[in-house]
Formats: sequence, structure tokens, C-alpha cells
Amino acid sequence: MNRKIAWAVGLAVSAMIAVLLLTASPRVTANEHSSGANAVVTIDNFSFGPQTVTVPVGATVTWTNHDDIPHTVVSTDNVFKSKVRDTDETFSYTFSKAGTYSYFCSVHPKMTGKIVVQ
Amino acid sequence: MPDKEQDLINQKLQDLNNDGVDRRGFLKCMAWAGTGLVWTLSGGIPVSRAFAKSSGKDAGKGGGFSFVQISDSHIGFNKPANPDVTATLQTAINKINAMPEKPDFIIHTGDLSQLSKPSEFDTLDQVLKGVSAKQIYFVPGEHDMLADNGEQYFQRYGKGTKGSGWFSFDHKGVHFVGLVNVANLKAGGMGSLGHEQLEWLEADLKSRSASTPIVLFAHIPLWTIYPDWGWGTDDSEQALSYVKRFGSVTVLNGHIHQIMQKVEGKVSFHTAMSTAFPQPAPGTAPSAGPMKVPAEQLQRILGITDVNYLVSGHSLAIVDSPLGA
Repeated sequence: MNRKIAWAVGLAVSAMIAVLLLTASPRVTANEHSSGANAVVTIDNFSFGPQTVTVPVGATVTWTNHDDIPHTVVSTDNVFKSKVRDTDETFSYTFSKAGTYSYFCSVHPKMTGKIVVQ
Repeated sequence: MPDKEQDLINQKLQDLNNDGVDRRGFLKCMAWAGTGLVWTLSGGIPVSRAFAKSSGKDAGKGGGFSFVQISDSHIGFNKPANPDVTATLQTAINKINAMPEKPDFIIHTGDLSQLSKPSEFDTLDQVLKGVSAKQIYFVPGEHDMLADNGEQYFQRYGKGTKGSGWFSFDHKGVHFVGLVNVANLKAGGMGSLGHEQLEWLEADLKSRSASTPIVLFAHIPLWTIYPDWGWGTDDSEQALSYVKRFGSVTVLNGHIHQIMQKVEGKVSFHTAMSTAFPQPAPGTAPSAGPMKVPAEQLQRILGITDVNYLVSGHSLAIVDSPLGA
């Protein structure tokens, strides 16, 4: 490998690391879907799926309501609380601390779920 | 209704009423949707008979009266099976206005709106303005508490109520109690009345004589219909313990968008149809979401409930009527 190519590869690797660092940052927003650490939860037939989701610290979880009926996403310990989400509306929350976060739909409290942040 | 069908129902009911069988189990969930059924509670003994046109007139005699229950109008809902819930509410109001005997008042057992939006409540108010009854009493459904902790609802419909919107009033010898079981719901639970409301209810009923007919109404059923779908109220047992000494208790609910009836001792439970969209029977669908039906069938499973109080015998007769045949 000549020096020019090695320099170019080095540059590319640096750029990739920079991108990885950016996306792994806890400040990541819901609009940046590039990180594999983020997770999605869907609401179908009055239930959260998957019911338990495990994510690393700093990950953003996005809930989408697929039902014809509005739902909410409310943390049992008042950590996060969505506004009412009608059909196809979403709610995102970024978890900056490790722990287990139980949540439910305050409109239909039989609907419960859990986010485990490691 | 064809005469033959009417005769058959009359015969059936005659059999039921004369056999001396304990009807507690017998009449569980009995309803002829679309035909109209008078549900009478007389001194704790449930008696049912087919809906005759004269029943409304009887109520007007001798100090009796009637009122109408409407429920689950969900103004703002615009999906299958009913893209126009304002129109079906209007049909329900037209039906009430066409009754031969004017009801003294209307009770709305919640889910006035779909998303608690001011515009939805505005539309509801506009439609209800056209009703012949002078007074409408409201209790909230969970859909009316979706924004700002129900502030829109309380400002418009909660004046003079206590706590999260509960209240009581007397009408021609009958004591009515509007309860709220949709506020501060707990994860994993069903409907909830809460400690404060239960204490108020106990005190409210304490001074009434046992012969006073009692009507309790709330959005979510005050009896457990289907826990998996949250169709019940966690602390309703406590509330019902306060009405045990009364000779006639009628419990009217909405929320499940279909007729269900049950008699337990002197307490008769009843849920009303929605004016907006039907929901599936318990456990017959993956969830309690709106049931999609062909357009021509919709008006058969939406409707209103007419309750007649007959002074002779302290009886309350409940008649469910679909919006259309």
C-alpha cells in the first residue's frame, strides 16, 4: 500500500469514527436514525410491542401508535409523559441514565411496558 | 316490529316472569338489540317485558317520568366504521326529540369527545343545543381527560361538581349520582373511583331512606365485564356496598359501546350503546378497538337508552333503541 492510499484510508476511518461518536452521543435526537442503539416500540391492538426493550445509556426510544384509538406513553415514576398520541403519531424519549423504566398508557392502564437502560 | 315476533317475545317474557325461577343468573346479559326491551326493577324483583309503545306514556302519569341516556359520542373520531360521528349523534338527538313523551333530562355517560379538543366539544355543544330536554348531565370518559388533565371538560361540563367531576341530584323522588372512574388511572389497573370519591359517596347516600330509588351512572362499567380489556372498575365493590340497603338500584354505564345487562340482588346493571362506533363483544377480537361493520348495519348497533320511572312499584324501565332498523 503506498502512502497516499494509506492516508486516504486513515482519513476515511477517522471520519467513520467521528460519525460513530456523534451518533452514540447522548444528545442524539429522534431525527437521527443512523444509530443502531436506538429502539422503536409500536402500539398495536392496545399493547406495546415489544413489551420490554433493552437499550444502552443515551439511546432514544420512539413509540408509534398504530391503533384507531389514541394512547399515551407515561412513565410509572413520572420520568417521562407523552401528550395524547392519535393514529400514527409518535413520541420519543432519550434515556440518559441506566435503570428500569416502567410505563403505561394512562388512557388504557392495562397497557404496560418496560424500558431497560444498561 | 312484526306482530309474530312481538308475540314470541311476549310469550318468552311471560314464561320468565311466571316461573318463579331466580332470575339473577337467568337474565344475565339478556338483551334484544334492535327490538327494544323494557327492563323493570320493582322492589328488587326484576321483571322484564317487551317494549310496548304505551310504556313511555305510563311514565308520565302519576308523577313518573323518563330520562334518556346517551353515551360515547366520540366527536372527532373519523375512521371506519363511522367517518361521521356528528351525523349519528344528530340522528340520536332527532330520535329523542321525536319521542311521544319528552324526557325530563338527558344523561351523557362520557367520551363526549375523541381527543378532548375544544373544537370537538364545540361541535358536541352545537348538536346538543337542538335537543328538546331542558337539562343534560355529564360524567367524563377517559377521552375527555386527554389534555390538560381534563380542563376543557371541567370548564364546560363540570360546573358545580366535586373532585374530578362527581355530583348527585334528586328528581321526583329518585336520587341520581354521577360518578367519575376515569381520572388518575393506575398502571395495570381498570377504572378507578378513588378514596376521596368513595368517602363522598358514602356520605351522600347515608341520609337517604332505603326506599329511595337510586341511579348510579359513570363512564366505565361499575361491574367487571372483561378485566383483560379493562372493562371494569377496581374499587366498584366498595361503592356498591354503600347501596346494598336500598330497595332499587340502577347502574348505568357506557364505555364498551354495546348493551350488557346483569341483575345482582336489588342492583340492576346496564351499559348503553354508543352513538359513534361499535366495539366487539368481550374477547371476540384481538383488542377493544372500533369494530368495523358494513355501513348499512351501523345504525343498528348505535343507539340511545330511554329510562322510565313508574311511581307505582318504584320501578325503572330501561329501553334500548338503535338509531335505525
